[in-house]
This record gives sequence, C-alpha cells and structure tokens, in this order.
Amino acid sequence: MKISKEELLHIANLSDLKISESEIDKYLENLEDILEYTNVLESASIEELDETIGANDNENVFRKDEIKEFEGRDALLQNAPDLEDDMFRIPKVIN
Amino acid sequence: MEEITTLTVHELSKKLENKELTSEKIVEAYAKRIEEKEKDVGAFVTVTAQQALEEAKRIDSENIDRENNKYAGIPIGIKDNICTKGVKTTCSSKMLENFVAPYDATVTQKINSEMLPSLGKLNMDEFAMGSSTENSAIKVTHNPWDLNKVPGGSSGGSAAAVAANMVPWALGSDTGGSIREPASFCGVVGLKPTYGLVSRYGLVAFASSLDQIGPITKDVEDSAILLNMIAGHDEMDSTSYDIPKIDYTASLKNDIKGKKIGVPKEFFGEGINEEVKTKLREAIEIYKELGAVVEDCSLDVAEYSLATYYIIACAEASSNLGRFDGIRYGYRAKDFSNLKELFTNSRTEAFGDEVKRRIILGTYVLSSGYYDAYYKKAQKVRTLVKNKFDECFKKYDVLLTPVAPTTAFEIGSKLNNPMEMYLADICTVSINIASVPAISIPCGVDSKGMPIGMQLIGNRFNEETILNVAYAFEQKIEFRENYKPSC
Repeated sequence: MKISKEELLHIANLSDLKISESEIDKYLENLEDILEYTNVLESASIEELDETIGANDNENVFRKDEIKEFEGRDALLQNAPDLEDDMFRIPKVIN
Repeated sequence: MEEITTLTVHELSKKLENKELTSEKIVEAYAKRIEEKEKDVGAFVTVTAQQALEEAKRIDSENIDRENNKYAGIPIGIKDNICTKGVKTTCSSKMLENFVAPYDATVTQKINSEMLPSLGKLNMDEFAMGSSTENSAIKVTHNPWDLNKVPGGSSGGSAAAVAANMVPWALGSDTGGSIREPASFCGVVGLKPTYGLVSRYGLVAFASSLDQIGPITKDVEDSAILLNMIAGHDEMDSTSYDIPKIDYTASLKNDIKGKKIGVPKEFFGEGINEEVKTKLREAIEIYKELGAVVEDCSLDVAEYSLATYYIIACAEASSNLGRFDGIRYGYRAKDFSNLKELFTNSRTEAFGDEVKRRIILGTYVLSSGYYDAYYKKAQKVRTLVKNKFDECFKKYDVLLTPVAPTTAFEIGSKLNNPMEMYLADICTVSINIASVPAISIPCGVDSKGMPIGMQLIGNRFNEETILNVAYAFEQKIEFRENYKPSC
C-alpha cells in the first residue's frame, strides 16, 4: 500500500499533529511496512461473518440517568494549564 | 530469617499473622531496596515509599482483624496509567508529566480498601504503546536479569520491580500482551484476565475494546490473591461483567489429572526461537507426567490477529487520545496563535514518536475511503479469531503457547524498526482480540540465563482453570527456587 506525502500530511492534520519535512520519509516507510503486513488479512475467510463491535456480547447496559456530585472539582481544575475564574481559558475562537 | 523482599505476598501474610513481621518492617525493607536498586533498574516514575511507611505504621497501630484483612499492610506497586488520587499519573508521557488524577481508579479503590500501601507508580511505554518500555518519555527500565536488556513492555516497570524485589506485587495493564510479555522477559507471573472481569474505570484508555488490568506477581498463588481483590462488576465501567464472585485461590490445587491441554502448532513456527520451543516442549512433557492429556491442535490466528490488532488498537487509540488537547489537563504548548495551533502544537510537542505513529495509523484506517478496507475488515477478522478460539475450547480446557518469540532483547536493538517490535506481540495479541484470559509463567531459562515464559490460555471467565494448570506446573519446576535474577 503506497501512501502519498499529501495523504500523510492530510491524515496528520486530521490528527492534530505536525510532521516536519525531515520526518516524512520515515513516517511513510513505517506506515507502509505496517499496512503491508495487514495484507495477510486478504486470505481470511470472512465473507459470511459479522463484525465484532466491542469485546463482549452484552446487549445494552443501562443505568439511571441521575446527577451525581463529583467531589474532586478543585483537584480537577488544578490540572488545567490556563484558568480564569474556574473556567478554561483558550484563544479567541470567533472573530 | 530470609530477606523480607524475597518473600511472596502469601508468605508475608503468614508472617504478619504470626507477628513475626510488622507492616512497618516490610515497607521499610522495600523502601531500602528501592533506594538501592532504582538507579540500576529504573522501574519507578514516582516513589511514594514515605507515604507507604506512614500508612504501614497506621495499620500496625490499629488492631486489624487479620482473619478478614489477611494482606493489610503489604505494599504494592501500580502501573503509571492507573489513576491514583493525589499522586501523579503520567502514562510515562510528557503529555501527562504533571497530571494529578482527582479520583482513584476502581482498582486503586479496591487495593486501598484492602489496606495495601502503594510504593509508587511504575514505568511503562508511553500510553502503554510498546513492547520494551523504551518508549517511556520518563526513563529507560532495565531487565533485572541482565541490565543491558529490556524488561519487555508496556508494563515493564511493573514486571522489573517485581523481579528485582522492589515491590512484592504490582498491577499492570494488557492491551496486546503488555502484562504477559514483560512477565515472561522478567521471569515473573503475569495474568491478563478475561475482558470485563476487572473494571477499567480510571485506567487511562489506549484501546478500549482490548484493555484489561491484571496482576504481576512472584508466583501463581499471589496472582490468584490479587485477582480476588480486583475482579468484579463496576457500574462505572459498562463493559465490566456482573458475574458471581469467585475465590480464585480455591483453584490452586496440585491436581490436573485429565485436564485437556491443546498445543496449537501455528504458535511453534519458524519465527519462534529454538530455545524457547525446546523449553516449551520440556514443559509439555512435564504436563504429561502430571497426568494432563496433551494434544497438538490447530489455531491459525497469530498473523491475522497481529494485523487485526494493529488496525483496531490504533483506530481506538486515535479516538481515545483525541482528548489530549492542551485545554483541560495535560501539556500545553507555549506558542500558538489560534485554537487549532494550540491543539496541534501541544500534541506534536508532547507525544512521543510511537504514540504519533499509532494515532496517524489509526486515523488513516478510519478515514473516508479506507474504513471498509481496514477497520471493517479487521472487525470481521476479529469474529473469525473468536470463533476459532471457541472451537478450540470445545475440545480443550487450556491452550499452551510461547508468550514471546524470543527472550528479552538488547536495549536499543529494535527501536528503529516498529514492525520488528510489533512482532514481539505475535503470540499474545490474539488473546486480547478474542477477549479470553491468559497467564504467563516462567518455564526455564535460555543458554544466556534469561527467563522463558509459557502462556496458558483459558476460555472466557475461566481464570480458575488456567490458575490451576499454572499452579501445578509451578509447584513441579520450582522456578523461583532454581533461578534468580542477577540484580
């Protein structure tokens, strides 16, 4: 499976990651190696099979929709890189 | 008296009961051992021995009902992707270098209620992505049997700490082999429970349909004891199963007569080192002597599983790690001019190479135009793998395979070739894909004296059988009595 440089940069952009010019060849080589390995799946007889979604066959797991107080609010906010009046501060989004 | 730190947890428990030891003495011995060995082994991200000592003194001073709290005061180590309130949980990543969880994971609550003081948080591959612990952004962990070799990964700090007697036991997590492979490399016992047996609430998510928390211990009995403590349904993890409580120590019987063990021939192919195969064949002979019925069988899933694993695990990781945006917690870049740049710069600066590679691969296989070819196909192959395991378990109680194709390799030897590193997981990933449990126990050493692991796989929620079969073997070969790490 060949991946183009443009495609790689597009995927990196979707992932919110930057790949520098000097890293591009290494990424392409590594990804192609891995995707080539996945070619073994071509020989698997899966036409008749359903997908396994999640790991177990539980149907739905329900619980009551109740509000529970989270007691670690202050400790939680302390992890934020930038706070103002207990709110997360981010750069201006709307001009 | 034997040195405290060489004892198993069940041995320590007896000495506490007989009042031969106090919790303070035990924790002191471990604190000293960590101080001596950490510079060589590098197992810890955060050491909390001082807090553990305070906790131990408190437990000693209270009149603990030992009948119902047999293990109170025996310390533990915790992999650094399991949340511990008030103590850093870094996932060995620059992204979470200063993250202090505001709550305890369910397993942390459980070990707290058992009164096990925590000696600290153990090193790992960043976000549990790796097979050697070399992807840690914090430090390199060395294998206590040979300090030039890797301890395996991603729970390398946990396995190395147990092997080097720096903790009596530890919690790890296993997404594709991350408990079993390091246990194998370090000559200790590692159990990956059935998906759904242990709550993952508070475990930093890597691949949610595969992740499980499990014990890394000196022997099989300790493994059963720790599993007793952490297993059970939790409403905070909707994937955890509500099944009746089992006492896993009840299955530690020295009798496996008539147990049917299947040996899948595909796990003994050309990629597997000859010395590993030889030791496993010896183990098979021991099982025959012990009265088990051992037969060759077919389970052609190893390559399919590895390919499927890297598609599914990376896809889930790309989604799970989307939460690291530099806003609510975690690393934030210094320079950015808008919100998109804040995200991109923070993530680019704080994630290591392997994490980025997997996020990109995961995003690729989920992206428009490739979803059917990769992700959907992998989900179907997952069904195929499950069906093949189901067929095997109609005939056998346990399947026996190697844990890893080789023994521990040299530090640095596979870092430049991700695909080669991924092949270290060839014998373990199918177990996660099929959601079944497996245990890794040492079965001997190679010509260089490095431990070789044997993997015993059971049917879903049948941990008792693999513990029984592992226990009988362990009693017979007495690995711990015969082999010891150099460190």
